[in-house]
Amino acid sequence: MGIFSFFTKEKKQQLDKGLEKTKESVLKKITRSVVGKTTVDDDVLDDLEEILISSDVGVDTTLKIIKRIESRVKDEKYFGANELNSILKEEIAALLSENEQSTFSGEFNTNEKPYVIMVVGVNGVGKTTTIGKLAHLFKSEGKTVVLGAADTFRAAAVDQLSIWADRVGVSIIKQEMGADPASVAFDTVTSAKSSNADVVIIDTAGRLHNKVNLMNELTKIKRVMQKVIPNAPHEILLVLDGSTGQNAFEQAKQFTLATEVNALAMTKLDGTAKGGVVIGISDQFKIPVKYIGVGEGIEDLQIFNKKEYVNSLFGS
Amino acid sequence: MFENLSERLERSLKLLKGEGKITEINVAETLKEVRRALLDADVNFKTAKTFTETVKEKALGQNVLSALKPGQMMVKLVHDELAELMGRTNVDINLKGSPAVILMAGLQGSGKTTMSGKLAKLLKSKRGKNPLLAACDVYRPAAIDQLKVLGEQINVPVFADLESKDPVKIALAALKQAKLNGHDVLIVDTAGRLAIDEQMMKEITNIKDALNPSEILFVVDSMTGQDAVNTAKEFNDRLNFDGVVLTKLDGDTRGGAALSIRSVVNKPIKFVGTGEKLDALDVFHPERMADRILGMGDIVSLVERAQEQYDVEEARKLQKKIAKNQFNFNDFISQIQQIKKMGNLKDLASMIPGVGKALKNIDIDDDAFKSIEAIIYSMTPLERENPELINGTRRKRIADGSGTTIQDVNQLLKQFTETKKMMKMMSGGKNMARMMSNMKMPN
Repeated sequence: MGIFSFFTKEKKQQLDKGLEKTKESVLKKITRSVVGKTTVDDDVLDDLEEILISSDVGVDTTLKIIKRIESRVKDEKYFGANELNSILKEEIAALLSENEQSTFSGEFNTNEKPYVIMVVGVNGVGKTTTIGKLAHLFKSEGKTVVLGAADTFRAAAVDQLSIWADRVGVSIIKQEMGADPASVAFDTVTSAKSSNADVVIIDTAGRLHNKVNLMNELTKIKRVMQKVIPNAPHEILLVLDGSTGQNAFEQAKQFTLATEVNALAMTKLDGTAKGGVVIGISDQFKIPVKYIGVGEGIEDLQIFNKKEYVNSLFGS
Repeated sequence: MFENLSERLERSLKLLKGEGKITEINVAETLKEVRRALLDADVNFKTAKTFTETVKEKALGQNVLSALKPGQMMVKLVHDELAELMGRTNVDINLKGSPAVILMAGLQGSGKTTMSGKLAKLLKSKRGKNPLLAACDVYRPAAIDQLKVLGEQINVPVFADLESKDPVKIALAALKQAKLNGHDVLIVDTAGRLAIDEQMMKEITNIKDALNPSEILFVVDSMTGQDAVNTAKEFNDRLNFDGVVLTKLDGDTRGGAALSIRSVVNKPIKFVGTGEKLDALDVFHPERMADRILGMGDIVSLVERAQEQYDVEEARKLQKKIAKNQFNFNDFISQIQQIKKMGNLKDLASMIPGVGKALKNIDIDDDAFKSIEAIIYSMTPLERENPELINGTRRKRIADGSGTTIQDVNQLLKQFTETKKMMKMMSGGKNMARMMSNMKMPN
């Protein structure tokens, strides 16, 4: 197993705890909708629709799931509504596992040294916090990590990342606020290369995906890093806020267009938000969800596990 | 990815054609589309359901024949109902008290700190207030620094106590300081917190009890999905907040959360954040929000932006020139500069109803003007003032100079002549400045 083999039972409990609210309400609703019924009728499907839509799964994906269930009802002639829970789980897992080939395998390509991760996303999703936790994750596996403070725009963003670097005990490359982010990224990978570091994580300023100039800036940051390491960044991690609704689709689309996002992180899943939009995004864009954030503590970042996520959503 | 409501309705309303009246049966499909549009916009599931019911009640029995187009009638009905629900009138913030205390509350990353800075700037520059900012987020690394930097940028003092980890104490000390230094407004920035975090929710209740604020603002990200309802309700139960601030509206989210929150807690939306700059703060316009939720573009904002960049003096000069038929390439390029000042072309175009979707996958940015500018800059000053001088050899030289072809130059000259003709026709004695200022949208 790779560096993330410590995804143990303890972690799983944390995920369960983080998603507890979700689980309770979803299960309660499903149970309520199936009580006293023996077949999946329209009422049950309506309730199911409500549950999924209310979890931000989105209309398209919800219809897709319901269609699958309906066709199973037809094919299998009859099944009791109390089977609905497991069938629902199966169908959602099926949507998620359709992109099995890109599932996170539990280790990154260690031939790449340093392995460069560029973190992108809209404002306020938790990029810097995720980087802090991520750095801790790598460090605890004995990797040397260098952070690059390329968010030179938001007030005190560099300070925020510096505090994280101190807290975790990793080095950080930074310049003045307002400096050219591409130049910071360049310095960071250059420094990491010469110090033979294992992992580089580049923080970038939050930007709304409909601002063409800011999106072009990301492309530039990426290009400049390639002058030092030709196939960097190896990972472009798009951070999505778990409480974001259907706009997350557009974010995934636009950031992918600008920077070829190849990994997702969902944050703030310790709240009441369900993060259901990730099901649709995973289905549509074939980008794996790698990490989820379930709290503000340094340990509160987990490797995303599709099966466990679905299980935690619907109880296992 | 979303079709706008009028397009959807046009399809579903084919069912209505030839029917005399809107009935429960023939309107069902239409209502489904209305509901779908709302859900796509992240309006809460229950809110969307109730809303659709209301629209149905209003639509039933209406005479289809009397309306010019049933689709338009339905859109108007839905639109008006949306705007109505989100509040027709604007409610101002309460600045009573000395100092008036404004407490900011919300989830992590919703934009409280930035909004605190924007609000301070607005109160200072537009209302003649003398605000003090209080940094009470003791949890997020560098949150206090962030507020300090913002304070410096807008020249508003920030009260912070780096030693203390007790937000209530810091808030009280800030209040004391505000009184001492004669500040008439105290804006209290707080840490982001989840509604289910009992300890943190207790903390903000304690801050409220200690300060007795005249205004509590709930700051929420306009991209929030279905959970907006739970969060808003929980914060409202605890704080009984006075108003809502919707942030990051400069993105392309449809912002259905605005409707959900309003319908659940029935508190007015008082401000919206529309950009990263500290003056990107606007009052809430329910009509525009209704358009936005329905995916119908935002023509009003477009006109406003045009008016903002519009230089009346320049226009008067231009108008004279047009009247005398002296419009030349110098004027043409200054027009281009004005359009460019209004912002990214794709953003602008997407605000025009119906255009946004068509342009979705076409990449137009400011480069669209590049070759035109190159051609004009390759002309001599004499040529720019007297376009009729540009003959064959001059055209060849201009094409070479600008890295374009003679065809490109010809095309631009043709365009220019047509523009000139059109402008002459349009001006026809009418004052351009007046034309612009009369460009108000019918409601």
